[in-house]
Amino acid sequence: MTLESVAGLYNYWVVIFLMMTGFYIVLARKNLIKSVIGLNIFQTSVFLLYITMGKVEGGTAPIVPPAIAAAQAHAAHGSDAGHAATPHVEGAHEVAHAALQHGGELASTTTEIIYSNPLPSVLMLTAIVVGIATTALALALVVRIREDYGTVDEERILELDRGE
Amino acid sequence: MIDAIFAHLPILLIVMPLVAAPCCVLTGNGRAAYALALVVSLLTFACSITLLEETLVHGVVRYELGDWSPPYGIEYRVDIFSGFVMSFVSGIGAIVLVYAPLSVRDEISESKHYLFYATYLLCMTGLLGMCVTGDLFNVFVFLEISSLSSYALISLGRTRRAPLAAFQYLILGSIGATFILIGIGLLYQMTGTLNMGDIAARVPHEHGPRTVLVAFAFLTVGLCVKMAVFPLHTWLPNAYTYAPSVVTCFIAATATKVSVYAFVRIIFEIITPGFAFDVLPLDTELMLFSLVGIFIASIAAIYQDNVKRLLAYSSVAQIGYMLLGISMATPTGLSAGIVHMFNHALIKGGLFMVAGCFALRLGSVQLSDWKGAGRTMPLTSLAWAIGGLGLIGVPLTAGFISKWLLLTSAFEAGRWPVAALMLLSSLLAVVYIWRVVETLFFAEPSEAAANATEAPLRMLIPTYVLIGATLVFGVWTSYSAGIARQAAIALLGGTP
Repeated sequence: MTLESVAGLYNYWVVIFLMMTGFYIVLARKNLIKSVIGLNIFQTSVFLLYITMGKVEGGTAPIVPPAIAAAQAHAAHGSDAGHAATPHVEGAHEVAHAALQHGGELASTTTEIIYSNPLPSVLMLTAIVVGIATTALALALVVRIREDYGTVDEERILELDRGE
Repeated sequence: MIDAIFAHLPILLIVMPLVAAPCCVLTGNGRAAYALALVVSLLTFACSITLLEETLVHGVVRYELGDWSPPYGIEYRVDIFSGFVMSFVSGIGAIVLVYAPLSVRDEISESKHYLFYATYLLCMTGLLGMCVTGDLFNVFVFLEISSLSSYALISLGRTRRAPLAAFQYLILGSIGATFILIGIGLLYQMTGTLNMGDIAARVPHEHGPRTVLVAFAFLTVGLCVKMAVFPLHTWLPNAYTYAPSVVTCFIAATATKVSVYAFVRIIFEIITPGFAFDVLPLDTELMLFSLVGIFIASIAAIYQDNVKRLLAYSSVAQIGYMLLGISMATPTGLSAGIVHMFNHALIKGGLFMVAGCFALRLGSVQLSDWKGAGRTMPLTSLAWAIGGLGLIGVPLTAGFISKWLLLTSAFEAGRWPVAALMLLSSLLAVVYIWRVVETLFFAEPSEAAANATEAPLRMLIPTYVLIGATLVFGVWTSYSAGIARQAAIALLGGTP
C-alpha cells in the first residue's frame, strides 16, 4: 500500500475515525446524554460511508443539465410551436441554440456526461430520518429517567437501584 | 373485486397496520383504538394465512411495489419460510391483543392507552415488513420501525427501571442496526443492487475482495445483537423484565424470532452456507456460542427470583437452540431451527401470558409472592405447568418436536457431544420450571395468594389458546415441522 493509495482513500479514513470515535463514546461513557451524542457520531460516519460510495470521479449531480433539457423541449415542441410558447420555453430555446452553435457538441455531451450515483444519497435520507427518530426517542427516555432518578449519570442510577 | 384484493395481499399486510396506527392516535380514545387494533390485527392474520396457503400451493408470491419492476422498484417476495414466520407473528400479535385490555388497564395509565395500541401496531408492521420484503435496505427500515416502537413500548412499564431498560436496549439495538446498515452498504458497493435475489446472484464469494467479508461480519454481528445471542444478550433480561406484561408477551414471542429469520435469509441466500460454513468457520462459532449461551443463560435462570427475568434468561437459552439447528446446515437441522422459532413463540408467549395473569391478580412477578397461588388460581397455575413441560421438551408437547429434530440432526452429523450437551441442558430447564411449579402448588400460600381469585376468562382463554396450541403442535406436526422442512429444503437450494 503506497502513500498515494492511503491518501487517496482519505474519505474512508475520516469514516473510520468518526466511527471509532462514536463507538468509543457509546461504550466508555457514563453520562446518558453523552452516549446519545456518541451514537449520533457513529451513525453519521455511516452516512459519510454511503455518500462516499455514491460519488463517481468527475461525475456531476444526477440532474439533467439545462442544455439537454432544453434540447429535448425543443425537439418535443418543434420549431413552429416554439414561437407561441411561454417565455420560459423561449428562454430554453436560446440556451439550446447557444449549445448548438458550438458545432453540434450537444450530441456528444449527452453521451459523455458522467453522473454520480444518486441512490446512496437517497438511502441516507431515510437513514437520517431513522437517526432523528432514534435520537428523539433516546432523549425522551433520558428526560423520563432524569425525572425519576434526578440524575443522568449511569453509575449513580445503578447505585440508586441497588439501594432500593 | 376479491381478485384485486388478493393480488395486493403482500402490501395490504403492511399497509393495514401502518395506516391503522395513526388512526388509533387520531381517535384519542383507548377503547376505539383497541377495537381498531384488534380488527386490523385479525385481518393481518387472515392475510398472512392466505399468503402462506398461496405459497404452499403455487410457490413464491412476488409483488412489485408501485408496478416498478425490480431492481428499479422494491420487490416484496413471500415464500414458504417468510409465509410461515409472518403467520405466527401476526397470529400471536392478534392473540396477545385479545388478551391485552385488562392487563393494559392494570399496568398502563389510562391516558396512554390509545398511544399504546398505535405503537403496538407499528411494531407489528415492522416485524411483518422484515418478513415480506425482498429488498435489503427495506429490511433495515422495517427493522428500525419495529425496534423504535418496541423501545417505546418497553418504556411504558410501571417502574422507573422501565425507561432505563428501554434506553439500554435502544443504545445496543441502534449499534446493532447501524452495523447492519454498514453491512448492507458494503454489499451494495460490491453488487450495485439492493434486491436480495440480485445480490445473491452477483456477490463474489471465494477469492472475492475483502469488502464482502467485512460486510458479512458486520451483518452477522449486527443481527446477533438483535437476536440476543449470548454474549450480546445483555439488553434482553432488563427489557423483558420491566416492560408491561402484554408487551413482553408480544416482543418475547416475535421480535427475536424475526431477527433469526433475517439472519437465516442472509446466511442461506446471500452469504450461502458453502461460504459461511465451509470457507468461514461460522458454523463452529455459532455452535460454540449457542451451547455456552444455553448453559449460562439456563443456569442464570435458575437463580432468578423474578419470574419474568427467569423467562427472559430462558429465552436467551432458547435462541441458542435455534442457532444450533441453523449451524448444522442440513435439512433436518435447519428445519429444527425454523420449527423451534414457531414452537418457542407459542410456548414463551403462553408462559409470559401466565406471568401476566399472576401480575394482574397478585400485583407482583416475584416468585416469593406467588407462593401457594396454585390453590386459589388453579387454572392459571396449570397453564404454567403445561407450558413449562413444553419448554423442557417433554413428549406430546411442541418443545419435544424441535428438540427431537435437533437431536436427530446432531446424530446425523455425528456430533454426539452436542446431542449429549443438549439433553443435559434440558435438565436445567426442568430445574427452573420446577422451582416455580413447586412454589405455586406446594408452598404455604402467602397472604396475597390466599386472597387471590382465578384470572379473568378474557385473559385465561387466550392463554389457553397458546398453551393448547403447544399440545396440538406437539402431536400434529404437518403444519409446523412439515412446513419448516419444506422451507429448509427450499433454503438449501433443493425442491421440496
